[in-house]
Amino acid sequence: MLNYPSGFDNDVYDQLARMRVQLDQLFGGWGGTSGIRSVAGDTFPAINLGASPTQVDVYVFAAGADPASLDITLQQNLLTVSGGRKIKLPEQAQLYRHERFSGDFRRVITLPEDVNPDEVNASYHDGVLHITVRRREAVSPRRIEVH
Amino acid sequence: MNTSNEIKSRDTYGMQNRDEPDGYLRPAVDIYEDSSGIILKADLSGVSRDRLDVQVDGNTLVIEGQTAIDMPKGMEVLYADVGTIRFRRQFTLSNERERDGINAEMKDGVLTLDLPKRAELQPRKIEVIAG
Repeated sequence: MLNYPSGFDNDVYDQLARMRVQLDQLFGGWGGTSGIRSVAGDTFPAINLGASPTQVDVYVFAAGADPASLDITLQQNLLTVSGGRKIKLPEQAQLYRHERFSGDFRRVITLPEDVNPDEVNASYHDGVLHITVRRREAVSPRRIEVH
Repeated sequence: MNTSNEIKSRDTYGMQNRDEPDGYLRPAVDIYEDSSGIILKADLSGVSRDRLDVQVDGNTLVIEGQTAIDMPKGMEVLYADVGTIRFRRQFTLSNERERDGINAEMKDGVLTLDLPKRAELQPRKIEVIAG
């Protein structure tokens, strides 16, 4: 029933997981509204996004990415992360599984609107690209006197 | 179709390890074999060498890792593709491998496991003598 190769094995728990994925696809899953720039949940690289009052943190799970290929741009509050990962398989080998993504990737994320594009930092460690963007200070509400 | 009550009670099939209550992520792997043995590569983003656990129990190879990402105080999660911090995957090995010869390397979140075959079982070219 699945129209694409999946990473599921044949034991009972994976069969239940496969059935859940198929039913989700048939019935629209959670039935929510997708962001216009959103991608499928298993796209490489996976992304986590967190925010505190002072900054926004983006975690890009790109194991084995070529650090020289990583490109991060922030246009107002639109963050684009792109890069590449080339997987070279030896020529004389018998391939059993090839589940890991190989090639170029790009993900576009809409951050909260109050991020400051001039205060961005990024570091790549153990396969996780960690991007932090500071948020502009909230303008305090101005009290208006009523006479 | 799905009421919100039904969604809440759904189990995370496939993500749950039978023995542990927490959910595990199955890392993507590449597995290939050449004349020296089997090579496995797994994507374990965020897992450093000291948070990696590779064990062979009899003929079962278990790969486990724990992601450690730097989260500032007061951070609220807005969006998460990766919902758990644990990776786990297991495989059944064959008897041809070297008992103690597994080599593991971790670089940028990619685990490379080298499972060499026993020397006497490596393929030997058989000479064909034309008669």
